Amino acid sequence: MNGPVIELDKVSCILGGRLVLDEVDLKVRERDLYAVIGPNGGGKTTLLRVILGLLPVSSGTVKVFGKDPRQGRSRVGYVPQYRTFDFHYPVTVEEMVLSGRLGHLPGPFRRFSPDDHEATRNALERTGILHLSRRPVCDLSGGEQQRAIIARALVGDPALLILDEPMVYVDIPTEVQLFDMLEGLLGSMTILLVTHDIGAISTHVTRVACLNGKIFTHDTGEISEEMLTAAYHCPVDLIAHGIPHRVFRDHGRVK
Amino acid sequence: MLGILGFEFFRNAVIAGLIASIVCGIIGSYVVVKRLVSMSGGLAHASFGGVGIGYFLGIDPFLGAAGFTLGIAFLIAAIREKFGQYMETLIGAVWAAGMAVGILFIAMTPGYAPELFGFLFGNILLIPVRDLWLMGLLALVILVIVLAGFSQLMAVTFDEEYARVMNLPVTALLLILILLIALTVVVLIRVVGIILVIALLTIPPAIAREYSGSLKSIMVLSVILASLFTIGGLFFSYVLNVPSGATIILLATGGFGLMFFERWITRRRGQPSR
Repeated sequence: MNGPVIELDKVSCILGGRLVLDEVDLKVRERDLYAVIGPNGGGKTTLLRVILGLLPVSSGTVKVFGKDPRQGRSRVGYVPQYRTFDFHYPVTVEEMVLSGRLGHLPGPFRRFSPDDHEATRNALERTGILHLSRRPVCDLSGGEQQRAIIARALVGDPALLILDEPMVYVDIPTEVQLFDMLEGLLGSMTILLVTHDIGAISTHVTRVACLNGKIFTHDTGEISEEMLTAAYHCPVDLIAHGIPHRVFRDHGRVK
Repeated sequence: MLGILGFEFFRNAVIAGLIASIVCGIIGSYVVVKRLVSMSGGLAHASFGGVGIGYFLGIDPFLGAAGFTLGIAFLIAAIREKFGQYMETLIGAVWAAGMAVGILFIAMTPGYAPELFGFLFGNILLIPVRDLWLMGLLALVILVIVLAGFSQLMAVTFDEEYARVMNLPVTALLLILILLIALTVVVLIRVVGIILVIALLTIPPAIAREYSGSLKSIMVLSVILASLFTIGGLFFSYVLNVPSGATIILLATGGFGLMFFERWITRRRGQPSR
């Protein structure tokens, strides 16, 4: 598989009369850790929903693994935005993660096999929450819940992992751990993440794009001043305040 | 007091109460965790349309309600799929329109509808054996479907969007769930009546949920609680010579209040809430 993992060609999306995505081109290649940043309301979640085949596009084409997203998404692990989640649902961590295997099981009844339980154990181990497997998800801390969502996305052995604002509502140490975890996954899968928090971009990001209706790409892991200005429509140093300098040129790794 | 079990009508009422408890404990758990309470209320009240049509056509109003409620379930599933954002108000419309249909058809039917009160408020003491079999059959269908689709129903009620990303048949699963709620409503109508169904469907799982962290255990606990409320209510109503449906519901509501009191005491003592 040498073609791009995700390919968007002039994708526009109109929602409620508003142009949310405006001729967006995007190419995510194998083994990328691709970060899309942009302000709230800039269309980041819409972009992900389009890639996941949850939302039809108004014009343009979307290909995931060279196919229609509704077929291509079977190889995708998805980490939805934390605050859209119903953590009051009575489900244990293990049950929640196990449910991520359902897409691979033959219908109509989709019975779990020992393999599925084994995969669940592995995913819990990889995300460091194996010891919590019997606990109801509502009893977990925010960081642990975020790990459970990631574990559910990993349990289906995805070739592409898509994360929506993964670092919101987690504290800084957890954020560092989550990034280390994502970096550990990079050898085996492609990762696309969106965030409004420019600080939440790791040194291992291979490509960055800024999205604010239109998309601005640089085709490298660096954010340029022009991209930021174009995407955010305001002076860059206002936004750049508080950004770890590691995302800019001449960076040394800060830990 | 247990001597009343010697009466066939009372034994039938106990059996009906237990069948109703099993289905309302299981399906009610989905209703509570997926927040389908108003939809279930709408289904229950709209079923009155089927009762009216049953009278008008001269068929068993119970069968009329069953057929009509399943039809309404399809309608609600379609509304949810296409006009999800107007769900609440459309449910309100279906709720009232169903009752209006019932009233019109009953008015157009010559003569007096003697069992009407029983449909509205339940009449567990007058369930014929034939209806008992019908209730049992419906309960069996519900149980088999839930057992066969348990993990998928859980996935779709927990996180509909992720279920879609996994290419589960989300639309079909939600339709099945709504049809199951409709069947459950029909079973419960015999026991507590159209107007009181929603309480029996939601109170036991709402209590159970406070004391357990997984869907399976909520279901088991709900069935036990619902059995206590229905059988207990049945005995009380017999002893006090008051309507059984209302007694069952008041017992359930009392249990609900007791739970809140217990939670409040627990919290005041500063103990963890689970």
